[in-house]
Amino acid sequence: MVEAAFPRFLRPLKAPTENLGQVVNFGPERPLILDSGKQLSPLTIAYMTYGTLNPERTNAVLVAHALSGDQFVASTHPVTGKPGWWDLTVGPGKPIDTNRFFVICANVVGGCMGTTGPSEIDPATGEPYGLSFPLVTIRDMVRAQAMLLDALGIDQVLSVLGGSMGGMQVLQWAASYPDRVYSAMPLATAARHSAQNIAFNEVGRQAIMADPDWQAGDYAHSRVNPSKGLAVARMAAHITYLSEAALQRKFGRSLQNRDALSFGFDADFQIESYLRHQGMTFVDRFDANSYLYITRAMDYFDLAADYGGVLAEAFRGTKTRFCLVSFTSDWLFPTNENKRVAHALNAAGANVSFVEIESDRGHDAFLLDEPQLFDTIRGFLGSAASAKGIP
Amino acid sequence: MNDVRPRNGASGLRPDLAAIAEMIPGATRVLDIGCGDGALLEHLVRTKAVDGRGLELSQHNVNQCVARGLSVVQGDADTDLSEYPSGVFDIVILSQTIQATRRPLAVLRQLMRIGTRTIVSFPNFGNWRVRLSLLWRGRMPVTKALGHVWYDTPNIHLCTITDFLYLADEAGARIEKAFALNNGRAKAMHPAEWGPNLFAEGAIFLLAKR
Repeated sequence: MVEAAFPRFLRPLKAPTENLGQVVNFGPERPLILDSGKQLSPLTIAYMTYGTLNPERTNAVLVAHALSGDQFVASTHPVTGKPGWWDLTVGPGKPIDTNRFFVICANVVGGCMGTTGPSEIDPATGEPYGLSFPLVTIRDMVRAQAMLLDALGIDQVLSVLGGSMGGMQVLQWAASYPDRVYSAMPLATAARHSAQNIAFNEVGRQAIMADPDWQAGDYAHSRVNPSKGLAVARMAAHITYLSEAALQRKFGRSLQNRDALSFGFDADFQIESYLRHQGMTFVDRFDANSYLYITRAMDYFDLAADYGGVLAEAFRGTKTRFCLVSFTSDWLFPTNENKRVAHALNAAGANVSFVEIESDRGHDAFLLDEPQLFDTIRGFLGSAASAKGIP
Repeated sequence: MNDVRPRNGASGLRPDLAAIAEMIPGATRVLDIGCGDGALLEHLVRTKAVDGRGLELSQHNVNQCVARGLSVVQGDADTDLSEYPSGVFDIVILSQTIQATRRPLAVLRQLMRIGTRTIVSFPNFGNWRVRLSLLWRGRMPVTKALGHVWYDTPNIHLCTITDFLYLADEAGARIEKAFALNNGRAKAMHPAEWGPNLFAEGAIFLLAKR
């Protein structure tokens, strides 16, 4: 485990693209129109698929990833070599059964795993975008995914699922493209980012910007990374993904590889060592500027604001089936935020289910082995599939 | 709410639920409030192609319903019905639940607002066993239909069939059908007569707006 200062990582700024799954390119004739009024072009979307699209093209399931996720839902991550982030949930015979469904996941716009983002080269200048990359929103991410579905020839997905920021995209999908979404499963999410969540994101961004290596976002030139800042951002954020109870159960006040306190600032406690490790490993696979852009997209998310402040209006007349899930110990996207969405859907007369799952594992529970979540996904997807006539 | 009844009948449904199921035409939009483990809802969705939704207080029951593929939201009939838009359901069902609500009249009014028709079933507090228990034993009744002791019961607003007629009138409801429940069998009744109020263990009403 990590003990002292973070090493400065000197590494290629981007992993080689041939590892990053499939790619679709949109040229100048198909720019991505952004909420900011700017256009992004050319646009590359990197994505992964699992399972087989049926001849009727009706069994597609779109998975939207969270802040630190990527398209590697259920396959080995090319940088870390670890299993996909939702490996427990997506795969043959798993709750999102790839024997039955064609699962698609794309890296979000602004991301750093092959989709156009601030670490990519701006063709206008021949230099990495850095902070000249336009601000993107959750809706921009969803627009880009809709372009991907167009390119894949898929009119309507059986379901779109995602947790956290992925859940925001699910809600945006249902609001922006109701006819393209047969069913939607937003997990551990909210229709707006709360003041507390914006606050945490700001701490993360300030940590990155305070790192001298960040160089106003222009670190690509000197081939360094604001690794310390990004690692601190990740450490702070990671705490919000857990719960007090889970931290206490897992770590308590246990000491790390020692019998007594060091009377210094080493990682005496296991929790410190754990967080340092989380921070350290994150910088290997994530770009600091991407972290700024994606957290900003989350902060800007307020679905009701686009509909006169009335969330139910976002879903008026929707035929999409919804199933929302929250976890009792999630304090980042607590039950009441998820319930607010359920209430709005009810008010819109939508077909909605809402499940709160008892778990002490905090926000991260949606990624973990939670049997009740698995039963819920199976029940919901199964019922949507049979209603749509998919075997 | 009273889960002490035996299951029987071809549908495997509790008898009062089977009687309710028979009153519901196919391919309608149905909201089942207090849907429990979803037995009625599932039956309606599977055999009558009903577009069914549920509202249920117990999160455990909700999770079971959703795992069965039903559309159910956790919520409270007393507080959450106001969110539903008017007239979106053909039929709203409140089975064995009205006696557990805090404001039965307000809940009934909400049901009539949300649905074109409303089905309400409840245990009859006018049943002779209940009356006898009070009269002879001087104790709050614990019967087959009312299986809870007074200090530990969800049933805080019990009523007789006659009482319900007054409530329905107050809510602006017209009674289209009424059934008496006895020994797991539902039989059409004239609710204003004295017989059902004395002999029925429970009642089912189909209400429309007046």
